[in-house]
Amino acid sequence: MSGLSIQNISMRFDLPNGSSVQALKNVSLDLKKGDLMSVLGPSGCGKTTLLNIVAGFLAPTEGQIMLNDHVVKGPDAERGMVFQQGALFEWMNVRENVGFGPRMKGMPKAEMNETVDHLLDVVGLRDFKEKAVYELSGGMQQRVALARCLANDPDVILMDEPLGALDALTREKMQSLVLKLWKETGKTIILITHSVEEALLLGERLLVMAPRPGRIHREYRLPFADLGVNADLREVKKHPDYAKTREEILSMIWDMEEEIMGRQEEQA
Amino acid sequence: MSVIVQLFDELITVLQTMLQILPYLVGYVALIMATTVIWRMVKRFLTPKSDFGSLKTVTFGDASAVTSNMAASVISVVFIFLVWGAFTGSKLVPGFVHMPGAFQGEVTFSYDIELPDGATTSAQAKVVVFPAGTAAPAVEIEEGTGSAKNDAIAIQSYRNKLLAWDKNDEFNRKAGARIVAIEGQPVSAGGEVELDNLRVAVTSKGTLNIEPNKGVQMEKIWLPAPEDVVSRLIEIGSEGFKNITLAEHLAYSLFRVVVGFIIGAAVGIPLGYAMGLSDWFRGWFDPIVEFMRPVPPLALIPLVIIWAGIGEVGKIILLFLAALWIMAIAARSGVSGVRISKVHAAYSLGASKWQVMRHVIIPNSLPEIFTGARVAMGVCWGTVVAAELVAAEKGVGMMIMVAAKFQQTDIVILGIVVIGIVGLAIDLLVRWAERVMVPWKGRG
Repeated sequence: MSGLSIQNISMRFDLPNGSSVQALKNVSLDLKKGDLMSVLGPSGCGKTTLLNIVAGFLAPTEGQIMLNDHVVKGPDAERGMVFQQGALFEWMNVRENVGFGPRMKGMPKAEMNETVDHLLDVVGLRDFKEKAVYELSGGMQQRVALARCLANDPDVILMDEPLGALDALTREKMQSLVLKLWKETGKTIILITHSVEEALLLGERLLVMAPRPGRIHREYRLPFADLGVNADLREVKKHPDYAKTREEILSMIWDMEEEIMGRQEEQA
Repeated sequence: MSVIVQLFDELITVLQTMLQILPYLVGYVALIMATTVIWRMVKRFLTPKSDFGSLKTVTFGDASAVTSNMAASVISVVFIFLVWGAFTGSKLVPGFVHMPGAFQGEVTFSYDIELPDGATTSAQAKVVVFPAGTAAPAVEIEEGTGSAKNDAIAIQSYRNKLLAWDKNDEFNRKAGARIVAIEGQPVSAGGEVELDNLRVAVTSKGTLNIEPNKGVQMEKIWLPAPEDVVSRLIEIGSEGFKNITLAEHLAYSLFRVVVGFIIGAAVGIPLGYAMGLSDWFRGWFDPIVEFMRPVPPLALIPLVIIWAGIGEVGKIILLFLAALWIMAIAARSGVSGVRISKVHAAYSLGASKWQVMRHVIIPNSLPEIFTGARVAMGVCWGTVVAAELVAAEKGVGMMIMVAAKFQQTDIVILGIVVIGIVGLAIDLLVRWAERVMVPWKGRG
């Protein structure tokens, strides 16, 4: 089977005081090639843990991840990751950052330069090729991070709040870019976000997770991502279902947060 | 308890000394204030600049509005040389700023003697005060015709000298003759008289103790004039001190620092990496590094001398130890400071462990290593000078130590200036290298 299969993942951390935290419990999920899934949930629902397990940075206590019929054992170039910010290598310029993956693989220089040039065109940074990354704005840095990830041609792209640190306008532009890249490359993408609006726009499938233990609460299938490709995202937001779904998810997460607060007060 | 009492007494002494210095300090601050005001007024006449800083209305408390004022730096340095010149009678500063110097020249004063039989007579004493470093001139005076003969004496400036006024007289002190007045001012044994350029005291044995006026300028052996230091620089630069030129002394000191630092870095950086990357190495070396770090390298000098002698090996071992711990700790914190998302990103991009080391961990630790190198070079330079002060055959520290033993204060000051300049140059060099090699420092 080609695609990403998250099979019955549980994650328990043992704490030094003898107790343990169940970060994830029995999470199962299948993604076909080309799926765009956004993940929402209150803090502590284990969404970052899940992403780190898929990326191979953490080994789950139970269950396994299958990608294209092999078990995921650790980080690999087949699963690219885009981080919130500060994961670029500031000792390399834009070109070297984007070409990092190919260089590690030992790709011939001419081919690598071609790939890098093409990707910088795609993310609109052609003129910034030789700039140091710290000279770029936050939005541009995330474009570099996207290009760097794509340069490796991964099967799955994992995004851990990639737009979280950007201002509203830049964020909207970047959302369009993510949609464009998704459609053009046909990559499987899992995107974690805190913003319900972003999850609606960038989630063909939208997963709402619940905390304690971290688990899948509900999954939506939404039309907005497809609508948003090459379209004005503000127009998409005027879709009659958009506001309704947003309110529904917002109150769902609101209730979960309330519950967490209540439980903490009980404990206190 | 007695220690506390002693220390308390010491504290009182220190505080008293500070109190004596206080007026000068207040004066200095007042001078700074005054020059500020003057500078502001001068500046108002110059074309006002409307750069970003000068347009700020809130400047007090805004650190970014405060840049080092070049004019103040220039005035400050000029003032130091002015004071130095004024108190040493330097030819480099105009004469009117000179402080009153020690008296040099000739004075003649008269003194009245009471003879044992109650009769009085008088004679004259001629005093010639000659500058240090020249031969005492022969001083002659007509002996005169009275029973008390006139006396003559040559005194080096800043010194005093006893005048046995009765040695050429027809009577002497043993027989009961004594001085009762000097220049008409009555005086007796134990008393003294202030003349224009001399202070003349009558000792308990009746001789005259003549002390020429010392002024407020510093004697050469305390503080030489700037030009003396410069001429020493030329002399030592060409002829050398103890047959070793200044360049050679410097070369030895720098050789020790550079070699000691390089070996220290060559061992310390890998050690720091190992400590940052392996819990076993971290655990193994933590007690050693954490103990050795607060031990000042100077405290190791005696042990190093016992073990390795005062030759180059001992010096380099000392500097190696001075640099080692600093570099190890810098490399360790450079490795520990790598953001985990960078490492994760590299692995997700297909990098192997070695590639992560080579392309992420090492470049990421470079800024910390450069900061460590700056500190280590500074410590090494201080340590080498101190080690040479203790024992060495060559080196700038040894040069000033030996010069101090012979009271060649000009060489001591010259050495201090050279040490300061070299230390500053080393720091600037490392900073420059840092700018070139790690331009991303602090921008991650």
